[in-house]
Amino acid sequence: MVDESTATLSNVAAEPGASKPDPILAADGVRRSFGGLNAVDVDHLELQRGAITALIGPNGAGKTTLFNVLTGFDRPSAGNWSFAGTELRGMAAHRVARLGMVRTFQLTKALARLTVLENLQLAATNQRGEGMFASLVRPLWRGQENRYRELADELLARFRLDHLREAHAGTLSGGQRKLLELARALMTRPRMLMLDEPMAGVNPALAQSLLEHITSLRDEGMTVCFVEHDMDMVMTTSDWVVCLAEGSVIAEGPPRAIGANPAVIDAYLGKHHDEPSSPEQPS
Amino acid sequence: MDFAAILSAAVTGAIGPVAAAYALAAIGLNIHFGYTGLLNFGQVAFMLVGAYGVAISVSVFGLSLWLGVLVGVLCAIVLALLLGAPTLRLRSDYLAIATIAAGEILRLFYRSSYAEPLTGGVFGLQRFANEFYELNPFPAGEYGIGSITFSNRDLWVMVLGWGLVALATVFVYLLIHSPWGRVIRSIREDENAARSLGKNVYVYKLQSLILGGVIGSFGGMVMVINTQSANPDSFDPVVTFFVYTLLVLGGAGRIAGPLLGAVVFWFVVVFFDALLRQAIAAGYISSDIIGAPQAGAVRFALVGLGLLLLMVFRPQGILGRKEEMVLNGR
Repeated sequence: MVDESTATLSNVAAEPGASKPDPILAADGVRRSFGGLNAVDVDHLELQRGAITALIGPNGAGKTTLFNVLTGFDRPSAGNWSFAGTELRGMAAHRVARLGMVRTFQLTKALARLTVLENLQLAATNQRGEGMFASLVRPLWRGQENRYRELADELLARFRLDHLREAHAGTLSGGQRKLLELARALMTRPRMLMLDEPMAGVNPALAQSLLEHITSLRDEGMTVCFVEHDMDMVMTTSDWVVCLAEGSVIAEGPPRAIGANPAVIDAYLGKHHDEPSSPEQPS
Repeated sequence: MDFAAILSAAVTGAIGPVAAAYALAAIGLNIHFGYTGLLNFGQVAFMLVGAYGVAISVSVFGLSLWLGVLVGVLCAIVLALLLGAPTLRLRSDYLAIATIAAGEILRLFYRSSYAEPLTGGVFGLQRFANEFYELNPFPAGEYGIGSITFSNRDLWVMVLGWGLVALATVFVYLLIHSPWGRVIRSIREDENAARSLGKNVYVYKLQSLILGGVIGSFGGMVMVINTQSANPDSFDPVVTFFVYTLLVLGGAGRIAGPLLGAVVFWFVVVFFDALLRQAIAAGYISSDIIGAPQAGAVRFALVGLGLLLLMVFRPQGILGRKEEMVLNGR
């Protein structure tokens, strides 16, 4: 399966703004400025359906701001973007989520005083009992609630959180919260997952199981885009890498090519790092 | 000093009509503050519009009392929409400022001479609940056990007040133990997380403000039906703070918290009041230190001290859960 998704991307030119054979997300001229600073300034970006795309870049490159804009949590200064054919500009965050583009947060947002199970149940979509009046008439939603509870239990077992089912989410460790947030996002049955630093603060053993989850999701047909600083994860997990620096896409390509890309090395290490530094250096 | 008299006065205060009115206001506020996390410091405004909805409908327009109740509820809904539509997009502390201001604006407007033809201005409106008292099924007389007695009139108001408290408590229980309640509680924890899962946070907050406001307006109605008198100055910001006090005392975010809080709060307030007055009368406290006229203020100072101790030793309130309190330290 891994070969299949890399194969579809094998004919794509490794250059910024390259068009993909089957993009699920396409952005044009998306710019977000804070005062005089252009935090995000992306001319063109496409993300391939059914692939794992990693978004990398040095600190302050605008990765999270781009995430916020694309998912409706921030308003851009200019630009248009579409998800699965729907224009998203000006759309409220909850409506973007309902379309199937669901995000997680860099600083996990576990709902502390809800139980782990409730965190997952909350995420289920089209719940009849979420209407103010319908909520008073239990028979209207009891069946659906039971079905969703079973689904939540399956996910909890899959993420090895089932022993914490009744615990308050606020008592979970940082890594467990990352797992919970991923499981909760999946509970919405998304078409695309946007993960903001899913590995930050997660111990290596848990990170390994998270990676397996993410690749197996892709193998089941889900599109994944994640922001990550951990290069091991980027290299082993992603099918395509997009590198941002100072708000713009400076490089794109398959993971192996991106590691050798001079623009990426420049962005991370600063320009002229490999030049003989100065005349006064002893020869 | 007559301790039996002090205790029976305190019990009478704890289960009397005023405690029921405050319990209703606190049940409403519990939806806002305890479950949705909305820092509404203008709960008294909902009580005021509810109370005057009844009073004006009957006194000025000669409508039936029951139609007046409907008017009061509608006023609370309109107030929630007016207050919520612009402010619920604000961060919680700004909502607190906006709501406390709105409460004061309404009180000052209702007592202004401009509004006098409708509201009676500073004199308020009186004797608008006769229709309710005519239905009193209890024959005239005193009812009670030992020295704790209520007139048939008080008893009838208590049936109304505590009946409404019971209804509102069941209503809130059903709401909170449903998927709707789960969304509401998730907004209290982190509204961006709720948003990222496809919940329309703004609409839920507005619904919460309306429901809690309507329940609060019933508190105001019980209050003025009890006294047969609506006066704008009985709806000053202190009322909101009492409601907060007893809600936190009972346990915010717990179904029975406001009910228990109202009973305990009024027990303590009346207890200190009676104790001070008896002590002054018996000469235990020299009238040079606290005279009878000051007793009313001193009892609230003592209540404040009690609350201080509560916050230090049991910040989650009587029914609250310690572990949830700890988790709230975001």
